[in-house]
Amino acid sequence: MSDAALMNGVLFAYLVSATLFILALRWMSSPETARRAVASAVTAMAIAVVATLARPEIVNYQWIAIAAVLGTALGIPLARVPLTAVPERTGLSQSFGGMAAALVGTAKYYLWLEEGGLTPFRTGVISLEIILGCLTATGGLMAAGKLADWIPSRSITYPLQNVVNLSLLGVAVLLGIYLVINPTASWVVPIIAVLALAFGVALLMPIGGADMPTVISFLNAYAGISAVLMGIVLENLLLITAGALDGASGFILSVVMCKAMNRPMSNVLFGAFGAAPAGGAAAAEARTVQSATPADAALLMSQADKVVIVPGYGMAVAQAQHRARELYDQLTKRGVDVYFAVHPVAGRMPGHMNVLLAESDIPYDKLIEMDDINPDMPQVDVVLVIGANDVVNPAARTDSSSPIYGMPIIDADKAKTVLCIKRSMNPGFSGIENELYFAPNTLMLFGDAKAVLSDVVKQLTGEAAAA
Amino acid sequence: MKTLDPITALFVLMLASFVGLAVIQGVSRLLHTPLMSLTNAISSVAVVGAILVVGTGNHGLPTWLAAAAVFASTTNLVSGFLITRRMLAMFKKREVKQA
Repeated sequence: MSDAALMNGVLFAYLVSATLFILALRWMSSPETARRAVASAVTAMAIAVVATLARPEIVNYQWIAIAAVLGTALGIPLARVPLTAVPERTGLSQSFGGMAAALVGTAKYYLWLEEGGLTPFRTGVISLEIILGCLTATGGLMAAGKLADWIPSRSITYPLQNVVNLSLLGVAVLLGIYLVINPTASWVVPIIAVLALAFGVALLMPIGGADMPTVISFLNAYAGISAVLMGIVLENLLLITAGALDGASGFILSVVMCKAMNRPMSNVLFGAFGAAPAGGAAAAEARTVQSATPADAALLMSQADKVVIVPGYGMAVAQAQHRARELYDQLTKRGVDVYFAVHPVAGRMPGHMNVLLAESDIPYDKLIEMDDINPDMPQVDVVLVIGANDVVNPAARTDSSSPIYGMPIIDADKAKTVLCIKRSMNPGFSGIENELYFAPNTLMLFGDAKAVLSDVVKQLTGEAAAA
Repeated sequence: MKTLDPITALFVLMLASFVGLAVIQGVSRLLHTPLMSLTNAISSVAVVGAILVVGTGNHGLPTWLAAAAVFASTTNLVSGFLITRRMLAMFKKREVKQA
């Protein structure tokens, strides 16, 4: 086969591969077709890689093989992490994606410097690719570190932070413009990279744990855009298409997360959430709450027709999802309708709570979105809140002075009875007092989520044995 | 070698972005975590770009940098697909274990 014919074959293979990638995302629309999605994407990737290796200009297979073997050796253990650690794995993976883009951009710059292929357009795109790739590389690492608690997950702020951050980025962009004007000024390339790496660290510094789902989505979009830029540099339509798909998913998830927290995107990036307003909480001091025992809770739920469980990240931290599943089994056996109401920002990345519940074998048709469950709340007999706080705080609907005012919440307070499992009356992560705990229809179950749930389940099974 | 002019590249980018937005809007919220790991894996098609740079022969530093990129993308490719498959296998509609 002539080189030209071979090249046409390769380009056609890329077209097939891009089609299969799009179909893969299409099939993610429901859990029933989702397994087909992975098969389709794997096939697409295999076609793309084989076609690329067959290209006439590829002659040096040795380094590719070594790097691919090492990458596989690291990739397999990374796919076996516990599902509570999926958010940090995702951060790491975005970091690697950004790194790959920055490395290829830099490599291509030096190759063109040797061959004399540098044009202002090319150096402009390469500069952007290096900036975005580097900031995603360190940003993703910082996110992974915060999610895994290797570094403090609270927000770290200092005076003039935004000024410092933006000047790091500003200088990098200015040097990029200089490189467009003087394409062969190779000394600026490493400086751009270092500035962008530093900016990635600085950008993540002020971001606290509650904003992680949003930031992980942003990084997803950045990783996608850096892949697009790589595609433009390498004149490869498959890379542009796949990068755009990744970027679009990051963008949509960011929007979903920001809406679910009722915050504009700029506010997440530039307005550290950590500093909780101190007011408001003091007024609530002398109020009383009603508490209940696990036996009361077991009785209430077993006599209900419909029970809704609202899980929060506290449930995952306490590793209580398997106890929740036992409770679900016991109640279902008694003919109680049990659903799980999942808030979009519950957990540490978009959709995290659903994965954790699915892992503990809860059928996915019992996992209900906030918007679908809220209209039914007045008909619910018992709501059980496990380790969730802000997402059920009615102040978001009623108190315009509350920092979370306007945030969509699960209307737990509208149910006939509310049970809240909580360690103590300390306000949660955001430091905002929760009206729900003082409501007349609320009963508090104090203690560790896992221990309390075990006690409730024991009551139910004991009752079954006695009967 | 055929070259790709910038405007064609931008056209494809524009169209692919809209296709991406339309398709991903339909993704079930249940599956947002697997979606993110799947798109991470898909964007590791960057391995193609890295191969194109390494494969053309040994040019010293650029080849080393691109080999590191092959390593980083392969890691994403392998772990991304494996973990997506693992997570999706957990989404079951009815009890199967009871038997």
